[in-house]
Amino acid sequence: MNVINDKLRVEDNKWIGTRTVRPDGADKVTGRATYAADNTMPGMIWGKVLRSPHAHARIRSIDTSKAEALPGVKAVVTAKDIVDFPLETSVMLGIQDMRWMCRNVMAREKALFHGHPVAAVAAINEEVAAAACALIAVDYEVLPHVIEIEDAIKPDAPILHDFAKFEGKPSNIAGTMTAKLGDVEVGFAEADIIVERTFRTRPIHQGYIEPQACTVSYSADGRATIWSSSQGQFMVRAMTSLLTGVPQSNIRAIPAEIGGGFGAKTIIYLEPVALLLSKKSGRPVKMVMTREEVMRATGPTSGSFSTVKIGAKKDGTFVAAKGDFYIQAGCLPGGPLRGPVGCSFAPYDIPNVLSVGYDVVSNRSKVAAYRAPGAPLGAYAAECVVDEIAEKLGMDRLELRLKNTAGPGTKAAYGATFGKVTFEETIEAIQNHEHYKAPLDRNPRPGVKRGRGVASGFWYNAGGESSAQVNITEDGNVVVTTGHPDVGGSRASIANVAAELLGVDHSRVSVLIGDTASIGYSNLTGGSRVTFASAMVVTQSAEKVIGQLKERAAKIWKIDPEAVNWDNGEATPAGPNAGQFPPLTLADLAAKATETGGPIGAGVQLNTTGADPGFATHVVDVEVDVDLGIVRVLRYTAAQDVGRALHPSYVEGQIQGGVVQGIGWALSEEYLYDKQGRLDNAGFLDYRMPVCSDVPMIEAVMLEIPNPKHPQGVRGVGEAPIVPPLAAISNAVYDALGKRFYALPMSPPKVLERLDEV
Amino acid sequence: MAKTHISTSINGEPVEFLADPGSSLLDVLRNTLGLTGTKEGCGTGDCGACSVTVDGRLVCSCLVLAVEAEGHEIGTIEGMAQGETLHPLQRKFLEMAALQCGICTPGVLISARALLEKNPNPTETEVRFGLAGNLCRCTGYDKIVRAVLETAAEMRETV
Repeated sequence: MNVINDKLRVEDNKWIGTRTVRPDGADKVTGRATYAADNTMPGMIWGKVLRSPHAHARIRSIDTSKAEALPGVKAVVTAKDIVDFPLETSVMLGIQDMRWMCRNVMAREKALFHGHPVAAVAAINEEVAAAACALIAVDYEVLPHVIEIEDAIKPDAPILHDFAKFEGKPSNIAGTMTAKLGDVEVGFAEADIIVERTFRTRPIHQGYIEPQACTVSYSADGRATIWSSSQGQFMVRAMTSLLTGVPQSNIRAIPAEIGGGFGAKTIIYLEPVALLLSKKSGRPVKMVMTREEVMRATGPTSGSFSTVKIGAKKDGTFVAAKGDFYIQAGCLPGGPLRGPVGCSFAPYDIPNVLSVGYDVVSNRSKVAAYRAPGAPLGAYAAECVVDEIAEKLGMDRLELRLKNTAGPGTKAAYGATFGKVTFEETIEAIQNHEHYKAPLDRNPRPGVKRGRGVASGFWYNAGGESSAQVNITEDGNVVVTTGHPDVGGSRASIANVAAELLGVDHSRVSVLIGDTASIGYSNLTGGSRVTFASAMVVTQSAEKVIGQLKERAAKIWKIDPEAVNWDNGEATPAGPNAGQFPPLTLADLAAKATETGGPIGAGVQLNTTGADPGFATHVVDVEVDVDLGIVRVLRYTAAQDVGRALHPSYVEGQIQGGVVQGIGWALSEEYLYDKQGRLDNAGFLDYRMPVCSDVPMIEAVMLEIPNPKHPQGVRGVGEAPIVPPLAAISNAVYDALGKRFYALPMSPPKVLERLDEV
Repeated sequence: MAKTHISTSINGEPVEFLADPGSSLLDVLRNTLGLTGTKEGCGTGDCGACSVTVDGRLVCSCLVLAVEAEGHEIGTIEGMAQGETLHPLQRKFLEMAALQCGICTPGVLISARALLEKNPNPTETEVRFGLAGNLCRCTGYDKIVRAVLETAAEMRETV
C-alpha cells in the first residue's frame, strides 16, 4: 500500500507543497459561493426567535395564542416542541450532552441568560415574525443572577441548577477535571524557586463574520432537508434528529459554504427550531441570526480565573507545576476544561503536576468551542509564570524552555506518553530567527516604550472519522468528495494530494463537499483534524482507484495487473512487458471503463489515528504608548511544526489568522455586562476585534517535520497558533514597561490603570 | 406602508424594484434582487461585508436606504469581473490565497478596488487603513494586504 507513498518524496512532488489556486476560489471572489443565508426556496417563510429579557428567570407559562392569531403567522414553537432530555440521564453526542443542548436551543424550566431563546415564530416575512414574537406572553419569575466566576463560586451565590453539586452542596461548580502526575507537594519541596500567580481573562467571541443561518424544508412524507453552514453536516443531522425526534435517515443536511466558525459552529442553535417550524407550517423556513443575536446567544469562549504555580531548581529544571483553572461554562455545564488542564504544562517534562479545572456556570450564554478550546487560557497563565521564573533565575527565556522540553517517552499529566516531540525545534527556530536576534529600540521616542516577549503552546490535534470518494469521470478527469465543510481552504490541500497521487494536472481535479446523503459519516471540521484525516482517506481512496486503473490496463493488454505501473497519470507495462504496449492514459482507461468492468472509483471510510500533537513558539515585539495606554504589535513571528504543508499558503494562513485572533484576545476583546446581566457590547463596534490597521504582517515559520503516522506527513495546524499569543504579548508588555499584567485584555484603560499603580 | 418604486442602475444595467421605506439597500440587493454576493455580517456598518459603491463611492449597503438608490449607479461584487475575466484584485486574491472562509471577501474586494481607484500606489499602511472598515476573522489580514499591494504594482505596470 505504501508503494505510492514511497514515491511521494518531497523533492519529487509536483503538486503537494505548491500554491495552487483553490478549487472553490473563483466562486468566492465573484460572490457566487452560496453561504447559509444566501439560500432561498419557493414558498419559503421566515423564522424569528423570541429571547429572554432577563438574565435568570423561571418560566411560569408561555401564551402564544395572540401570536398565532396574527395574520401571516404560520407556526409557533416553544420548548415543549423540542425533545426533552431529562436531567437525570446524560445522552452524549460527541462531547455535547443533549441535556444541555436541548435547553440551550430553547429555554425549558428557566431562562438562564439574557437572550436565551424562549419561543420561535414562522411567518410570511421577517416583520410579521418579529411582530408575532412581541405578542407572545411569557410569565417570568425573575431570579437573582450571577455573571462573574468569582461571584458564582461564592457560598451565597444564586444557584443556577439544583442538580449541580460540588463537595456535596448545591453549587455553580458543575464539574471538575484533574490531570495528575507524581506528587506536587514533594516536587515543590525540592524546588529552589517557586512562582505562583493568579490570572484573569474575559470571555471573548469567536467572531466569525457569517451569522448562523439555515433553511429547512420538512416534507409531507416526514423527510427534512437542511441547508445550513456548520463545521459538520453530520453533526447538524445527528443533533437535529435528537432534538426533533426525526430519524437521521429522514434528514438530509446540506453544507452551505461556511463563513467562519472557529469552533462555534460545532453545535447548532437554529436548525431544530426551523425544522419544527417547517413541520408545523408545511412551508420551508429560513432563519438568520442578527449580529446582536450572535453576540448575545452563541458562543463565546470562556473567561477564566486561574492560579498557576511552578517550582524549579536553580539550574532551571522544573520540578513541579500546579494549576487551578476556573473556567466559565456559560449557563449550562461543559466549559473547555480539557484545554487548560491538559495543555498548560504539556510542552514540558515536569515530574510532578497537578492540574485541576472547575466548570463554573453563570448567567451567560453557553460557551462554544473556540480554536484550541481552553488551551490559550491555561497557556497564558503557565507561560507568564515560566517567563517570571526565567527572570528570577537570570536565565534566557528560551533556554529555560529548551532545558525543560518534553521529549520522546515523556509522560504528560493528561495521560499521553509522547513519541517524537518537535517542541525543541520550534524554540530553536525562534532563537535562530532574525527577528529574535534583531536589536530592539526600547525607547524610540518620548512616551513610547517597546518590549519583546516569547511564549510557547501545545495542542492535542485529532484524528477521527472521515470519509472520501474518488471517482474517475467518463472523460477521464477526477472528482473527489469528502465530508468536511471547508472553513479555510482544505479543498485546496486535497486537490493537491489527489493530483499528486493520480499523476494528473491539478486543473483536472474537482474537490467537493458531500451532503449527509452523498458521502459517508465524517466527524466535525475541528480539532485541527480535517487536512490530516481527509488527506488520509483521500490517499487510501486514490490508491484503490490506481489499483483499479492497473487492473483495467492489464485486462486490455491481457497481462498480469502486477506487471502494470501507474506513473504520471498513465498506465505503462512493467517488467518483461516494458515497452510492449503504448501507455494508457486516464482518459483512455475511462473511455474503456464499461467494457473493462464498469465505473472507476473508490471510497474509504475510516476512523483515522496518528494525529500527533502540535507545538508552537512565538516571539512578538510590542510598543506601548504610556500616555494613551495603547499597545501595538510591531512585529510577530510564529514557528510551528506543521508536519507537511500540503498547500503552504493555507497553512501560513492558519498560523497568521490564529495569531491575530490571539492579539485580539490579549489586547482588545472582552464581553462586558451591565448590572442587569445583559451583554453591553453585542456588536462589532464595541466588541473590538483586530482590524487591518491594528496589526502588522505575521511571519509564519513552517517547520516541516513529517508526521510518520500520516501518508503525506501531515500534522494538524489550525489551533496551536492561538495558544502562545496571550502570554507572548503579556510578556512583551512587561518587557516594555517593567510591570506585569495578570489580566486580559490589556486594553488602553487597563494599561493606564496599571501604569498609575504605584 | 406602501412600497416605493425605484429606478436605479446596478453594475451598469438598469434595474427597477419596489422597496419598503425602511428597507436597506443590502436587504433589497440580497432578498429582492437575488444579488447575494454582498454579505451581511453585522447590519450596523461595522464589518464591511456589505460594501458596495454608490456612484463610485464606497458605502456599507446596510446603512443605505434602498430608496436612496433612486437615480444612482450601484456597484456590487457581481459586477467586478468582466464576463470570464476576473478583475486583477480577484485574480491576485486567488493566486495569493488572500481568503480563507471567503465571507468577507466580496466586501474586501469592493473596498480594495475603491482604494486603488483613489490611490493607485498605496503604502502598506495606506492599504491597512483603507481596509480598516472590513473585518476578516480568518486571515489575520497578512495575505489580503500583500495581494492588494501586488495588484496595485501590477496594475501600475499595465496602465
